[in-house]
Amino acid sequence: MSGNGASSSSLNMISGEDVVNNNLSALVVDDSPLLRLLHDIHLKKYGLKVQVAENGKVAVDLFHLGASFDLVLMDKEMPVMNGVEATKELRAMGVTSMIVGVTSKNGPGEQQAFMEAGLDYCFEKPLTPEIISFLLEELNKHNNKN
Amino acid sequence: MDFVNQLQRKFIDYSSSLHREGIVDDQFTQLRKLEDENSPHFVMEVASLFFEDCEKLINNMAIALEQKQGVDFKQIDECIHQLKGSSSSIGAMRVKNACIAFRSFSDAQNREGCLRCLQQLSHEYSLLKNKLQTLFLLEQQIVAAGGSIPRVH
Repeated sequence: MSGNGASSSSLNMISGEDVVNNNLSALVVDDSPLLRLLHDIHLKKYGLKVQVAENGKVAVDLFHLGASFDLVLMDKEMPVMNGVEATKELRAMGVTSMIVGVTSKNGPGEQQAFMEAGLDYCFEKPLTPEIISFLLEELNKHNNKN
Repeated sequence: MDFVNQLQRKFIDYSSSLHREGIVDDQFTQLRKLEDENSPHFVMEVASLFFEDCEKLINNMAIALEQKQGVDFKQIDECIHQLKGSSSSIGAMRVKNACIAFRSFSDAQNREGCLRCLQQLSHEYSLLKNKLQTLFLLEQQIVAAGGSIPRVH
């Protein structure tokens, strides 16, 4: 796992049921219908409003149309526009959402390149309840500051 | 009531055996926890998507390995990568492990090794599909008999 300030100890601090977010929105970007469904249900369980996109271009187009999301779960390998390209483009547009990379490939070089595109965090699939709780806690902290 | 209890007992024992045999891991348990009144058939839907994915990818790899003009190992690698990702995500442990073994032969561009791995992967997938379909059938029987699905931890 890589991230700004993320540590393994902080992943243990919350149980999923403690973090229910009625005001947060998320965009799940993944070319796999299975992963889109999984993450969709998982995030809805925590009270988030969720939209899905099947590749990076659809995600970027949503932002171009004026959509905004607190959290973006970005798969790395996708057709049309992959996660690295999409993340770069979103950051170039000035998008400040928390963008979290999700990857199957676990080579350090792979995650590093993805992080450098502008991610806040990068995790290996599958996202566990502990990781999702951690991300939502970080999102709440970030939103409380603003 | 006694009949429902019997079915529930059977369900608990069967679920436990799936974990004991390594067919599924804790990720599958986590998925079951996501099922509620808003998404009562979530696990079955996810499993159906996984079965579709698996069959398509296994078929693609079989075709790729049969190419007389040369095997496209990059394509094989992509298929394994996708299948490893989706099998990890639903907790299909033995399918995931079969993908990991497969990958080493694909990286080595060893066609014979890949063919053996594909056979093993197909076997693990068939086993998983049969076991999960049996589990879902037990669930349906419990609900039809007026009972509730026990939580298995």
